[in-house]
Amino acid sequence: MVITGCIFTILKEGNLSGGMDYRLPITVTHSHKLDLYCLHKIIRGRVVLVYQDFRIRGGISVRFSSKNLVALVVLTVILAGASVANAKTQIDFWFSLGGQLGETVQQLVTDFNNSQDEFEVVAFFRGAYAESMTAAIAAYRAGNAPHILQVYEVGTQTMLLSGAIYPVYQLMEEQGIEIDWDDFVSAVYAYYTHEGDLYSLPFNSSSPIFFYNRDIFEAAGLDPDRPPQTWQEVEEYSRQIIESGAARYGFTTGWPAWVQLETMHAWHGLPFASQGNGFDGLDVELLINGEFGMKHMSALARWQEEGIFHYGGRGDSANWIFMNEDAAMMPHSSALIGSMKQSGLNWDAAMLPHWGEPYPMTNTIIGGATLWVLKGHSEEEYRGVAEFLNFVAQPEQQAWWHKQTGYVPITNSAAAILEAEGHFEKEPYQRIAIDQLNYSDPTPDTKGLRLGNFVEIRNVVEEEMENIFAGNKSVEDGLNDAVKRANQLLEEFAEMYQ
Amino acid sequence: MMQSRELTSSLRNLPKCTNRRNQHTVWSLSKPCATSKERVIVMSQQVVFKKNKWLPYILLAPQIVITIVFFFWPAITSLRLALYRTTPFGDRTFFVGSQNFQRLFASPQYQRSLITTLMFSASVTLLGVAISLCIALLLNQAVRGRTVYRTAILWPYGVALPISGILWMFMMHPTFGIVPYFFEGIIDFNFDWILNGNAAMLLVILTAIWTNLGYNVAFFLAGLQAIPKSLQEAALVDGATSLKAIRYITLPLLSPTTFFLLVMNVVYSLFDTFGLIDAVTKGGPGNATEILIYKAYKDGIISLNLGSSAAQSVILMVLATLLTVFQFGFIERKVSY
Amino acid sequence: MSQKTAKQTNVLGGLQLNKVNWEKLYIHLLLITIVLIIGFPLIYAFAISTQSLQEVVGRPTLRISNNLLGNYREAWVRSDLGRLLFNSIFVALPSTIGKITMAILSAFAIVFFNFRFKSLAFWTIFITLMLPVPVRIVSTYQVISDLGWLNSYVGLTVPLMASATGTFFFRQFYRTIPGELVEASQIDGAGPMRFLWSVLLPNSWANIAALFVVLFIFGWNQYLWPLMITHTKEMRVVVVGLRSLIPGGGEMLPEWNIVMAAAMIALVLPVIVILSLQKYFVELMIETEK
Repeated sequence: MVITGCIFTILKEGNLSGGMDYRLPITVTHSHKLDLYCLHKIIRGRVVLVYQDFRIRGGISVRFSSKNLVALVVLTVILAGASVANAKTQIDFWFSLGGQLGETVQQLVTDFNNSQDEFEVVAFFRGAYAESMTAAIAAYRAGNAPHILQVYEVGTQTMLLSGAIYPVYQLMEEQGIEIDWDDFVSAVYAYYTHEGDLYSLPFNSSSPIFFYNRDIFEAAGLDPDRPPQTWQEVEEYSRQIIESGAARYGFTTGWPAWVQLETMHAWHGLPFASQGNGFDGLDVELLINGEFGMKHMSALARWQEEGIFHYGGRGDSANWIFMNEDAAMMPHSSALIGSMKQSGLNWDAAMLPHWGEPYPMTNTIIGGATLWVLKGHSEEEYRGVAEFLNFVAQPEQQAWWHKQTGYVPITNSAAAILEAEGHFEKEPYQRIAIDQLNYSDPTPDTKGLRLGNFVEIRNVVEEEMENIFAGNKSVEDGLNDAVKRANQLLEEFAEMYQ
Repeated sequence: MMQSRELTSSLRNLPKCTNRRNQHTVWSLSKPCATSKERVIVMSQQVVFKKNKWLPYILLAPQIVITIVFFFWPAITSLRLALYRTTPFGDRTFFVGSQNFQRLFASPQYQRSLITTLMFSASVTLLGVAISLCIALLLNQAVRGRTVYRTAILWPYGVALPISGILWMFMMHPTFGIVPYFFEGIIDFNFDWILNGNAAMLLVILTAIWTNLGYNVAFFLAGLQAIPKSLQEAALVDGATSLKAIRYITLPLLSPTTFFLLVMNVVYSLFDTFGLIDAVTKGGPGNATEILIYKAYKDGIISLNLGSSAAQSVILMVLATLLTVFQFGFIERKVSY
Repeated sequence: MSQKTAKQTNVLGGLQLNKVNWEKLYIHLLLITIVLIIGFPLIYAFAISTQSLQEVVGRPTLRISNNLLGNYREAWVRSDLGRLLFNSIFVALPSTIGKITMAILSAFAIVFFNFRFKSLAFWTIFITLMLPVPVRIVSTYQVISDLGWLNSYVGLTVPLMASATGTFFFRQFYRTIPGELVEASQIDGAGPMRFLWSVLLPNSWANIAALFVVLFIFGWNQYLWPLMITHTKEMRVVVVGLRSLIPGGGEMLPEWNIVMAAAMIALVLPVIVILSLQKYFVELMIETEK
């Protein structure tokens, strides 16, 4: 029998990282002996309990007699005083996925906790990505950072240069955990590597795919098994849909900046920013006002005016236009598949449209978030962190995670498991994102984006897109202003890290 | 109570001010009685307790201590950053002098944001207070079922801010919102706030007013209770129309509350609306609804640019202080205590 | 009270009977319109909370559907609302009571005493309104952490207690108290505390009730602060729980029906507070006039 609880905050000098083991035997009866193990650690001058364990040896019955009454009182006091009953090394994991996604995260963590008995990962919802990052920063500055923090892809550069992180590749190396990095899906892996090493573990990754409404296609006299493959076809199809009255608009878009500019540049083999999209240095400039950016935005602006395209707002707010069947098509994150299944729509998905020649068709880039390990914890705890991250990266877990959430599996062997299970035959649309990411080997221009102040840059780009769609600015002015403002932000970021 | 009877009797002599000593209460406000100058003098003649030297300090101590520990100390630490540029995790901090401020004022977006803020703030404050006053006056009528009315009107105030913003976005969305959907068949008007800046502004103003309406109405209702009913009855008996009674009796007597609410609504619109903007428009389309506090929030919490965010807060504080000084200096003179 | 109302109607009715009836009708019509406009978002939210996700996703409708029980049960279980509501009460109630107490004392000091630093004290309190929360949240966290108050009710409530709203509001009210009352009590030999207790407080209930409603709801709806300083499920408050029902990152459709069901449950307590206190701040005058 193990009773948990410990209140001993014995102040004694000790080494900062190693921790100390206190053992306090309490005799409860003549035949039963109660041992209390406490592992304390000094963190910032305070003794903090990190591990505690109660064991009654030799049996579980404790008889009430005058002799052991005192011991029982002590026991009661100890139990009452115990703040958090905890017999394992606790690993704090702050995440930002709400709703059902959050429940899936909790399930994953519970599975890990049940798989071993040394560590307990405590997963905790910390608000939206931005909020949880602010919370982690506040906590880090105050010396109580979590062990693991989920950070969105736009925060990668900030985390990388923060000086507050323990790179994942290094953690795994130092904890002696072998991970076959070559097994990782290259477009996922590349997005988060720095000088060839993985700094944070990809957790939830998705890529934009092209959703369409089969019913509307049929009503418009289009073949629902032949979705548009080029943007020219998107225009054609849209005209037919609108003219036939099958829907109000041809298409809308989720995540305007991510889908229409970031992904589209990569999908056409073009750089979004200089310096290898920011991977090679901090003196970066945006390149979206180039020939392709102008062409694509001009098309969108023209289509917006004609009603072929309907801008539905930033982030994911365009969802509903598609769900409402007001628009027949919508490029959006592949992670929306789960919601699509619940929506009751007769929907399907395809690869993103392409402009065709002269642009090459390369690969799409991902969005989502990764798990970062923060500095400032003990060796023992990092062992648990490494175990947990290793657990998350296991092919079985990844396959399960993919089926639960629709996020892309991060390793090829996970995809192989899914393939073997016949998962992709049942749900062919689940494959699209993976196929797009693997369409070609990522080039320096298509492996991802590594920009400082990226959150704000995305905002700036979307603001200017809105100015263009609203007709307040010409496509040229809008894109030039976006580039000018973004470059200013990039410059400010670079100044800080020189 | 004696007080109200006294007031009722003096009402009969409305134009004249027989009881000069009572100036700081009701009648100083009716025009012939006192000029604004006189009123200022009256205000400073607050009767006070004189003997207790230490008592006021003791009374103030708890609040001042909490204010210093939980407001001033952290605020000074944060605002100091206005003169620095710092990385989010704080590993690098450089002194940059006034550069953060210079950058802000040089940015055309920021200049526009200033104007947007003044528009937003003025609309939310004036419209919000005016609408709430009308509603409170209506609710104060002796009508059947007013408990139900009151609860129904105060009820929305209880809605959590993240939810109310989302609710409005959801409800008013030009494509899937229920309100445009209802109006679609009736009038041919496209309230496209997704791309139309003015419509977006209107929407966030409405949302902000709605969100704070319960607050205003609650305080107005409380303020109205300080006005003896007998006064209004007496005025009506004397043949005044109810509008006149409101104009010459209710409004002046309500002026301390109105002043309080004006100040609080300015503060609310300047400082507490970032969550709402975030939920509804995220400052868009373009920068049309990017008010200063939203920008400070965005740069501080989302973009983690703590130096610029601190500088923006300093600017906001200066702006708010100016507005408040103006309110205390000029508008409060018209308040009769 | 009813006698009083009758008398009022008499006064008005005696003058212009017909007109008054019309007036009443207008008032009712106006009030009903206002209630419908103002209450509409909530009526809609309620309708959503009874619908299935497919209904929510489709054409917007005000139809009250039949998923009410299922959605509310789901919302309750999923975010462990019982615990969250309990925590929110323990954040909102102490902070409200603390705020009102401190506000009464500090406004009393500022209005009824002359002392050095009087206006400094007022402005010190007042300026706290003008420090934007987002900008000081990281350093306030530091203070709470240094005090060892992270993840505790003290940490959740005490920093909320310094409220300029209350002090300013009571200042406004105290200044309308006729000077004669102060003088009279001084002549009676009553000290300032006695005056506060037996003269000011009994006259303040309407204001206290209104302030209570507003501050309680303010405490109840705290989001950013509790989100920052709590890090166990046991310490979560209801708005944070509500927020956790909405998937972040926009990669999945929120189940609005569940979210709105939770929002409706979270609204129950504020409504109870409004219902039980509103009579104090709206009908007090009639009581005292008797």
